[in-house]
Amino acid sequence: MAVTVVLIVRLHNLFAVVMLGGIYSLLAASMFVVFDAVDVAFTEAAVGAGISTVLLLGALSLTTSEEKDRGGVSVLPLLVVLMVGSALIYATLDMPLYGDPSAPIHQHVGPYYLERGIVETSVPNVVTAVLASYRGFDTLGEVFVVFTAGIGVIMLLSRGGITRRHRIRKDGT
Amino acid sequence: MNHHLVVRVVSKLLIPFILLFGLYVQFHGDFGPGGGFQAGVIFASALILYALVFGLENARKVAPDSIIRLGMVTGVLLYGFTGVASLLLGGNYLDYSYLSGNSVSGQHLGIFVVELGVGITVCSVMIAIFFGFAGRSHKLDKLEE
Repeated sequence: MAVTVVLIVRLHNLFAVVMLGGIYSLLAASMFVVFDAVDVAFTEAAVGAGISTVLLLGALSLTTSEEKDRGGVSVLPLLVVLMVGSALIYATLDMPLYGDPSAPIHQHVGPYYLERGIVETSVPNVVTAVLASYRGFDTLGEVFVVFTAGIGVIMLLSRGGITRRHRIRKDGT
Repeated sequence: MNHHLVVRVVSKLLIPFILLFGLYVQFHGDFGPGGGFQAGVIFASALILYALVFGLENARKVAPDSIIRLGMVTGVLLYGFTGVASLLLGGNYLDYSYLSGNSVSGQHLGIFVVELGVGITVCSVMIAIFFGFAGRSHKLDKLEE
């Protein structure tokens, strides 16, 4: 994964960058499988490696496939990135070990969902039960976000078509 | 892509299975991994593959814009009105326990309907976005000609 990231930064051919992005997503998906997060792996493989790659290729066909060389290294962004990165690494030192049962995340509502989920909803997949029932409002919000994104893209990208139709209607033909 | 015989044959073979897998992920999401979002994306990816291989015009015939826009709205409304239904049946908004006589089967039904709504919306939105981009480049091709 690190190799693909370095290549993405170094390469100037955008087509290769998009392809490497897809490979990165696929690797991330297999990493999620290793962590037993199959649902997330599903999503990552389908959205990250599949659809977003195709969408980026579609966007690429609207522009050039070579990145413009701006030249030089800008210092301020580099400093910001280094500071944020080191802060994040510092924060990971404080995190509990992966899979530690006494970690705070396993002490809160997690055990309740695991114990009561199948009794209350008769849905064996706890992820689905939590997403759709216990966190129903969150998922409703997510659906609205997806819906709004779709509306936005339709309005932005098919503007020509709509105005043309308007013109026809105004002419009465 | 008319000249890529292998790609055409293989994708023709694969597309039904991708669609079937999308439906499986959708309706089996209660029992195995997956759910509405993943199913919608998988279902949309089958159509996008079709559009890539057999051309945008043919794909638009399969899924006209009007149906896709209808799907986007239907999914969201299905979700929202499930909440309203539980409200009318005496519960809180999106409290599926009241959807059926038994609280457990009500929850199951609610989750099923809501996931279906998510799936429909996600699938339609993904196709709409893809058609938006692809149709755009198509228009440019025509302008250049």
